[in-house]
Amino acid sequence: MNLLVFVKQVPDTETRIQIKDGQVDTSSVKWVVNPYDEFAIEEALRIRERLGAGRVTVAGLGPDRVKDAIKYGLSLGADEGVHLKGDGVALWDPSCVSAVLAAAARKIGFDLVLTGKQGVDYDWSQAGVMLAERLDVPHVSVVVELHVDPAAKKGTAKREVEGGAETVEFELPALITAQKGLNEPRYASLKGIMAVKKKVIPEWGLGDLGVDPASVGPDAAGVHFLEFSLPPARSAGRILEGDPAETAHELVRLLREEAKVI
Amino acid sequence: MAAPVKVAVVAETKGGAVRKIALEMLAEARRLAGAAGGSVGAVVIGPVAAGEAERLAKHGADRVVHVDGAALERYAPEAYAGAVKRAVEALAPDVLFFGATAQGKDLAPRAAARLGAGLASDCVGFEWKDGALVARRPVFAGKAFAQVAFGAARPQIASVRPNTYKPAEADAGRSAAVETIALGEVRVRARVTAFEATEGGVADLTEATIIVSGGRAMGGPDNFELLRKLCKVLGATMGASRAAVDAGWIDHSYQVGQTGKVVNPTLYFAVGISGAIQHLAGMSSSRTIVAINKDKEAPIFKLASYGIVGDLYKVVPALTEEFAKVLKE
Repeated sequence: MNLLVFVKQVPDTETRIQIKDGQVDTSSVKWVVNPYDEFAIEEALRIRERLGAGRVTVAGLGPDRVKDAIKYGLSLGADEGVHLKGDGVALWDPSCVSAVLAAAARKIGFDLVLTGKQGVDYDWSQAGVMLAERLDVPHVSVVVELHVDPAAKKGTAKREVEGGAETVEFELPALITAQKGLNEPRYASLKGIMAVKKKVIPEWGLGDLGVDPASVGPDAAGVHFLEFSLPPARSAGRILEGDPAETAHELVRLLREEAKVI
Repeated sequence: MAAPVKVAVVAETKGGAVRKIALEMLAEARRLAGAAGGSVGAVVIGPVAAGEAERLAKHGADRVVHVDGAALERYAPEAYAGAVKRAVEALAPDVLFFGATAQGKDLAPRAAARLGAGLASDCVGFEWKDGALVARRPVFAGKAFAQVAFGAARPQIASVRPNTYKPAEADAGRSAAVETIALGEVRVRARVTAFEATEGGVADLTEATIIVSGGRAMGGPDNFELLRKLCKVLGATMGASRAAVDAGWIDHSYQVGQTGKVVNPTLYFAVGISGAIQHLAGMSSSRTIVAINKDKEAPIFKLASYGIVGDLYKVVPALTEEFAKVLKE
């Protein structure tokens, strides 16, 4: 079974976002593997282990630093890594990104594509599902439980929805997007980290993928960011101290009479 | 606006009934369409209860398109995307709205890719600029906001965050003929076969009006019982910080924050939550925030509308009792 995982890098969730001239200032950002992509990698490795066969490929689109995310996947046990170079691609736009990923998926080959349910940067939650549409395969998004049966060419997934979970039955090949709770990602072993050093990560540009640069460049983007801003600052509120019963009484009064929310 | 604009809303249903988000979007669609000849369309997909399609007209739709067919009996992204495409061909909207719900977020990207149009997800504001739509949406889980414009393709597609707009009052004088489109045969390779409810009768975190969340200072799984009691009295939904989830005290589906749910209730209680930036990102747009924490220096107090410095084990039961008393009156 060919398991293909797409990963990206995002600013660490502890990052305080800075805006400079209406744009996000990433100059002092610490880049990490997108947290939801970690669940996707882990799930691919577990499927391979459960089946006792298969190949896990980790691919990422973007600048050179994306190799760190690919190497992270390799250190955990992925078989291959591929760096898709992002030059000229409208990387902010899920439509253009999914077009490049689709070309890569076709070139690599897959029975199941896995990726995070969203990047915790622009929070679009789009590229995975768009990729499934471009590849003409079914998808299940926001997956918290997954079973695949490659012999029968089908699978079952549970996805998180309002107030519960839906069970989805699907045919392979397919694509899933991973939600927290799908699994508990492992840590890299020293052996795994050492093994990465010997791996060659091929770099593919748009030419290698047979993608027309004009079809995934800024002019082809479905969405554009005009400007970023920080949320309006909240003014510090009222602090109550003292006897629990009295403060509780006062808080309830304020919520009813001042804030009028109860 | 030079030419009359057409705004369409994909109205999600649950058990055949139109969900509130659809009415919220109709209110904003109406505003965007404006008085100057603009029109609003509504799209319903699959089984729908009697009178529900007409209800969309009473809440602002000028045209209602109902796409129906055997493949639409239960939610299936491929079939539903096909239904959206048919409705778009019929309505030719400039703007198309989906609810940023579990289903809307699953369907919108597939529909957008099929239509070859751009999609702005989870939007909280819209305006016209030189005849084109500009959407406002949170990024980095609300640590910042972005103004988003669309490429040349139409419709300009957006998913709208629930609880952002207030539905208009139903206008009994409004009506629209319901146009039915039969979808016909489509290939469906993924379909929902079952639903399993987590906590019965409680609103989802993303839709809740009141949320009570617990953090690291809860100390263990048993103490969430204190919060459950408070939730019960308030009709609130319970949440948790990442620290509590990662400690294994409560399921991840309760997590509020950048790697959990982004919420915007009217009232948010942060109990024993110090206020890590990843948590603040997920709840800072709540209208009123109450923090209960022993540590007066906790960052959460900088954000809180009201704070109680004190021992949560004493404060929470006192609050529960006080709310029970006043809400009974």
